[in-house]
Amino acid sequence: MDRRQFSKTVAAAGAASALAPFGIVQAQAQKLRVGVLLPRSGLQALIGQSCQRGADFAPAVLKQVLGVDVEIMSADTESNADTARTRAERLVQEGAHVLVGAFDSGHTLAVAQVAEQRGVPLVVNIAAAPPITEQGYKFVFRNFPTGPELSFNGLKLMGEIFRSTNTAPRSAVFMHVNDAFGQAMAGGVRAIMPKLTELPFKIVDTISYDPAAKDLTVEISKAKSSNPDFLMLVCRLNDAIILRREMVKQRWNPMGIVSPGSPGIYEEQFTKSLGPLAEHVITNTVWYNPKTEMTKTVGAAFKKAYPKDELAFHGVNMGFTFDAIMIAADAFKRAKSTDPKTLAEAIRQTRIPATGRMSLGGDIVFNPKGQVDGNYSAAIQILNRRPTMVLPASFAEAKVIFPDPKYKRS
Amino acid sequence: MSWDLVANVAIAGVLTGLVYGLMALGLSVIFGVVRVVNFAHGEMMTIAMYAVVVLFAAFKLDPFLAVLPVAAAFFVLGYLMQSGLINPFITRPEHSQFILMVAVALIMVNALQMIFGPDARNVQVDYQLESFEIGKLLVDKARLYSAGVALATSAALFAFFRFTLLGKAIRACADNYLGARVVGLNVRHLYAVTFGLGSACVAVAGCMMVLLVEVTPTLGPAYTLLAFVIVIVGGLGSLTGALAGGVLIGVSEALAGLYITPSAKSMVSFGLLILVLLLRPQGLLGKK
Amino acid sequence: MNRKAFVLLGLLGIALLILPAVANAYVLSVATLILFFAYAGQAWNVMMGFCGQLSLGHSLYVGVGGYAAAALFVHYGIGPWAGVWLAIALCVALGALIGLLAFRFGVSGVYFALLTIAFAEFTRIGFDHIQWLGASGGFFLKVAQREQMDLANFRGPPAMYYYAILALCVLAFISSSLLLKSKAGYYWQAIRENEEAAQALGINTFRWKMLAVVISAAMTAVAGVFYAFYYNNLFPEQIFHISRSIEIILGPIIGGIGTLFGPILGAAVLTLLADGITEALAALGWEIPGVKQVFYGLVLLAVVMFLPNGIWPALARRFGLGK
Repeated sequence: MDRRQFSKTVAAAGAASALAPFGIVQAQAQKLRVGVLLPRSGLQALIGQSCQRGADFAPAVLKQVLGVDVEIMSADTESNADTARTRAERLVQEGAHVLVGAFDSGHTLAVAQVAEQRGVPLVVNIAAAPPITEQGYKFVFRNFPTGPELSFNGLKLMGEIFRSTNTAPRSAVFMHVNDAFGQAMAGGVRAIMPKLTELPFKIVDTISYDPAAKDLTVEISKAKSSNPDFLMLVCRLNDAIILRREMVKQRWNPMGIVSPGSPGIYEEQFTKSLGPLAEHVITNTVWYNPKTEMTKTVGAAFKKAYPKDELAFHGVNMGFTFDAIMIAADAFKRAKSTDPKTLAEAIRQTRIPATGRMSLGGDIVFNPKGQVDGNYSAAIQILNRRPTMVLPASFAEAKVIFPDPKYKRS
Repeated sequence: MSWDLVANVAIAGVLTGLVYGLMALGLSVIFGVVRVVNFAHGEMMTIAMYAVVVLFAAFKLDPFLAVLPVAAAFFVLGYLMQSGLINPFITRPEHSQFILMVAVALIMVNALQMIFGPDARNVQVDYQLESFEIGKLLVDKARLYSAGVALATSAALFAFFRFTLLGKAIRACADNYLGARVVGLNVRHLYAVTFGLGSACVAVAGCMMVLLVEVTPTLGPAYTLLAFVIVIVGGLGSLTGALAGGVLIGVSEALAGLYITPSAKSMVSFGLLILVLLLRPQGLLGKK
Repeated sequence: MNRKAFVLLGLLGIALLILPAVANAYVLSVATLILFFAYAGQAWNVMMGFCGQLSLGHSLYVGVGGYAAAALFVHYGIGPWAGVWLAIALCVALGALIGLLAFRFGVSGVYFALLTIAFAEFTRIGFDHIQWLGASGGFFLKVAQREQMDLANFRGPPAMYYYAILALCVLAFISSSLLLKSKAGYYWQAIRENEEAAQALGINTFRWKMLAVVISAAMTAVAGVFYAFYYNNLFPEQIFHISRSIEIILGPIIGGIGTLFGPILGAAVLTLLADGITEALAALGWEIPGVKQVFYGLVLLAVVMFLPNGIWPALARRFGLGK
């Protein structure tokens, strides 16, 4: 089914699903054209396609909930910065009033420069590198935490996990993937650990590994040999799977695997490939808010379009992408204009309450740098083959299980 | 650093190295005889891996059993690819061959993505995560079996080249192209057979690899590079060289990962490649 | 160059000069990209097209050049006009090292190509660990507002970058044609055709090969500096990657190795092809991820099979344009 057919189907599905109690506001005469840049092919295709679903549902849901007409113009960055840049230019040329994207920090920076140059606002959906909102740009907005923020939130949550389970592991081995994301997280961890004195553990060894490595025997051997209480891991999808398998082969059963913030673990492939081995792995990550009306509406549309898929595997990618478009739509509604400069100013004045967004976080308010403060993480544990929210307690779907039942004190 | 840690790492390095060697075996055969720079080598292995995944999903066929049908299929594919596509390029300059194979690789990777999507696939067999325990040493079962297959395959290839008429004819082509033609050998056919053999080897490697890693469409390029490194280091045209090269790379990367930092372990292979290219370009076991 | 070609060249030159005034920003960005690869392709062409030394690791020079200038800018506030000299110096040293090692030890042909790949990969992983340059987390240049043109720091509107890379292309073209007609050019071509015969004639092949490698490295370094200040972020995984090396050489090979126009034509054809396929597929509604690259690969295959010397020689013959 191609993109056009799909959007129509979703629109029909959205219209037929339960209405949210926002009421339908008088429809705008104009349409907001949102250019969405995502890596739908190439190395990042898997996540890019997951994010794309958030964009696919946006027109129908936003029409229903906000009464705003949004047209999505999708472009594939092909996991390449040059393509990201020219595609962004093309979208602006074709009349995009706002840009959303681009998942990868390097590509996002390329698109950001185009946005700034052309005076077209860019709302970043997912990208954690701090420089994106440190350039002094007037047209770049981001509703996603930076790497250091992710590390900080993740580490704090780890403390809460231990407190809520009455455990106090004394040592951890910190393994992280050596790419842009892993480096940023590692830097954050290094800087923050000394300050978070409430954490009961010390990092006894740090092992950085190549994200493209297919054989992680040495890494696990090294990690196991320092005999830590648990494994602190910053990873991506494929390496997470390899590492978990290798741990079984080397018969290493620490108290648990806890990530201060990684994708990969909550992706569908992780549970699909590992089956029961994925159980009890925890990642403290940005997530979607299961209780808001936005989530429920999008969730209903998702269920109709993908009856065999679980929202839990795509919720966070979809949530932040959807929210980025929603921010644009909300600004459009207030500004009553599609002029990019006016839209940018309207976005700057955004005040969306925490209950009005799909992604998890506080109120959406942009600070002077164009960054939203107050996005926090949730502890997500794989329970019964599903990424399950276990913290914060107000959203918890289940209780945290730590240590892992297979752990034996040696 | 305790001895059992080093020992475990070294053993894993040897076993993994043998599997890498198996993968490089096909390239050594192709490169050594036909002298074509096959930059689609890793992609071909990826296709073989997908074939095993599909067979497993449809028939629950264990990868070890899938070796024969997949290898046979790839022999035919390789033969056709060489005679149909690559043959005119043998006399062309290297950069032409390179671009040809790069284009072929690009098509393969993206066709795989179109057919299978970007999700990683694998097979799930029960012995996959088990290991033999010998005192303090842990030996990964899947790797051990795969290493066994690697040794068996090279033995078979060795026997083929040493004892069969066809094998000797191929070696003649490799050693002396003009002489072979003078003697009346059908070089075109022999080249195609060699490419077929090399492809069959890479298919066997794929069958084994599927037990160890997840297959994604973009898996190929890294393995292509690795195969070239192993072949050069081990020695062009030498079967034992490919295995030895694989083991050398496997062990040195493992030990480098242990003593320095794991994220830099690939630097070792490239460093080795540079050294070998400069000091002993025929490779460790190659003939001058 | 005959009259017909000269006139066409003149027209092309005028078209390129007035492009920013008549074309929209999207076309300008595509044109900048084309010129970037045209320039990098010409740099590579000196080594391979003229002298026959196949380098598959040219991303090494783009990366080192880029990082050198960027490091000076970010850590010491030194602008790119000075930084480019450090970039060139470092790349010349690197090229000389690779050339020295390779040629002294008699490494040639596909082995030389693999050597260049090894150096590029080694450097990529190395840079992944250099904290001072951001390691794998990336190295970011601070970007100021683009309305005013700050030539000293090479910041400004896209048109400025366009003219800069256009100037580089023109310089490369002129240098290439001068080199080709000079003594160096003749010796290089002799070496390319048959190195042993050239040696037998008394040519110091080592010296001339080294010259080709070093000039090529120096030119590519400047491309790296441009890249750094145009994109304002550098990641080892992206800039040293083998796919970048492949992108650089596709233009000259498709366009025509060893010719003056080949790299430029090739870069233009390939970029327009890539974009064209994307647009065509969008119009047809075939937006399955991966289709575009399959078509792109098929075209590459066709060109390399049926036009082994590249597009330019065939085109030139057909229209009587000479070399």
